[in-house]
Amino acid sequence: MSAVVESRASKRAKSVALWIATFALMLVMCLPGLWVMLSGFRPNREILAKPPVWLPEALTLDNFGKIFGWGAEQIAIPVPAYFTNSLIIALTSTLIALAIGMAGGYAFARFRFRFKGGLFLGLMLFRAVPGVALSLPVFMLWSKLGLIDTKAGLIIVYVSLNVPFTIWLIDGFFRQIPLSLSEAAQVDGCTRWQAFWKIEFPLARSGIASAGVFAFLTSWNEFALASQLTRSTDSKTLPVGLLDFTAQFTIDWAGMCAMAVIIIVPALILTFVVQKHLIAGLTFGGVKG
Amino acid sequence: MIRALTTKRPEMTPFLLLTPALITMLFVVALPLVFSLWTSLTPYQLTKPQTIYSFVGLRNYTRLLTDPGFWIPFGRTVLFLTIALNLEFAFGLGIALLINKITWGQRGLRTIMMFPMMFSPILVGFQFKFIFNDNIGILNNALQSLGLTDQAIPWLVDAKLAMFSLLFAEIWMSTSVFAILLLAGLFAMPRDPLEAAKVDGCNAFQTFRHITLPFLMPFAYIAMTIRSLDVARAYDIVKVMTGGGPAGRTELLWTMIARTGYENAKMGQANAMAYISTVLSILFTWYFYRKLIAARRFMGGVQ
Repeated sequence: MSAVVESRASKRAKSVALWIATFALMLVMCLPGLWVMLSGFRPNREILAKPPVWLPEALTLDNFGKIFGWGAEQIAIPVPAYFTNSLIIALTSTLIALAIGMAGGYAFARFRFRFKGGLFLGLMLFRAVPGVALSLPVFMLWSKLGLIDTKAGLIIVYVSLNVPFTIWLIDGFFRQIPLSLSEAAQVDGCTRWQAFWKIEFPLARSGIASAGVFAFLTSWNEFALASQLTRSTDSKTLPVGLLDFTAQFTIDWAGMCAMAVIIIVPALILTFVVQKHLIAGLTFGGVKG
Repeated sequence: MIRALTTKRPEMTPFLLLTPALITMLFVVALPLVFSLWTSLTPYQLTKPQTIYSFVGLRNYTRLLTDPGFWIPFGRTVLFLTIALNLEFAFGLGIALLINKITWGQRGLRTIMMFPMMFSPILVGFQFKFIFNDNIGILNNALQSLGLTDQAIPWLVDAKLAMFSLLFAEIWMSTSVFAILLLAGLFAMPRDPLEAAKVDGCNAFQTFRHITLPFLMPFAYIAMTIRSLDVARAYDIVKVMTGGGPAGRTELLWTMIARTGYENAKMGQANAMAYISTVLSILFTWYFYRKLIAARRFMGGVQ
């Protein structure tokens, strides 16, 4: 009897130890990111201090004030303009990619047609072209077309970057919905178009939203193409703008960390909101054939 | 008109639905790739626009294939990817198995685990440039405060250490992709075979090796396929952290393309390199996609 109690107690101790170990591991994993985010709220002189200041004495919003021009001091880098560009470019390209991806995903999920497997694979392989490699010819063509340093130029590129993966995810979500639902609606007198909007679209909505988040994050975070296709405040995005800091004579670490916070916070919020669907989307779309 | 077309020829509907996707891909990827192929067969330099019309055949390619200045970064890239992907898979598997064992707070842990996934590659690069900085970086500060060393370790200046730092950043960024997908696989795993194995007297390792691991493989291939779609994002990290230096000792295929094309303006040669890297990436994705399809067929569709 006591042996059973003992083993239960040791089992419990083991599971607590495992929990603590796992939690500690996760914390260590997040530490580099958290450190940068924390440094965005510290004055630059504290970051540069020797001997190092371990526990920040006071957190400040000065770095953000400088970036957005609230305070007396201002930095020469037009971060608000980059932020607006990033937002416009990421949102527009996401919406267009979603529209195209919904049509394409629906086609793959609901129809049998010739070259289906080949087309799907082809789309995926197009996506595999490395950004730098693609940037060379796009750079040359966009120069001819006058699309360099325009938001439209970058939006077009990002749409095509996002379409294949959006199709993959949305295809998976539509497959989750039984075909019989749409068929029943059609028997009841809906056209296929109506059945799509009344039955299938609402059911796949959360999945489509998570595909949208994926597309948004890809555009929001992209660097390789943006760094070659943009020049000025007309179209430069946040990731490209981050490098402006390194071009200065002394590196403004605090400013860069603050900018890192500005880039990461929207991504964090979006991912947390849709994380459940995100994971489901990645695995359903991929595993269920 | 579209409706008329779909009612008259219903087999055209999927193609109509796919037309916008195909047009975008043709315009932004296929057409540039054709243009890139042509350019790679010319000695085109940005400073001499006329050179784009002189055809030199495969000269750029033969030059690259005989140039150690190309092969060394090329080999380094392959080595870099091999180490990174294997470690990402191993760490991801370890983390997934750990979290799978936890019963309380599992969702919270899973959310925390996704944290690095949200970082833009350029941010990851900057973050580790900050952390590995020899003068003000937290790593050297910590090592010095703990008395482990009294010198500033040149993490990003010494060639070997810089390579290690780059790998560290790359692995930090991508391990959670593997972890999250493998964890999803563990969640989806049926209990029966595991219990049957226990009854039959398998030990924990045998059960893992012969039941859990094969079941997880499709999930690993999804992770590999997703990763292979943007292996080249290591470019962003290298660009920020070392810029390919010191003296080209951390140059990868992708930074070399950018340097040749934009800084040296040798577009012809850069496009030849870009073509080689594109073909490699495509083969890589294709390989894992085939594996994924085969594993899926073998499983007969899980869940």
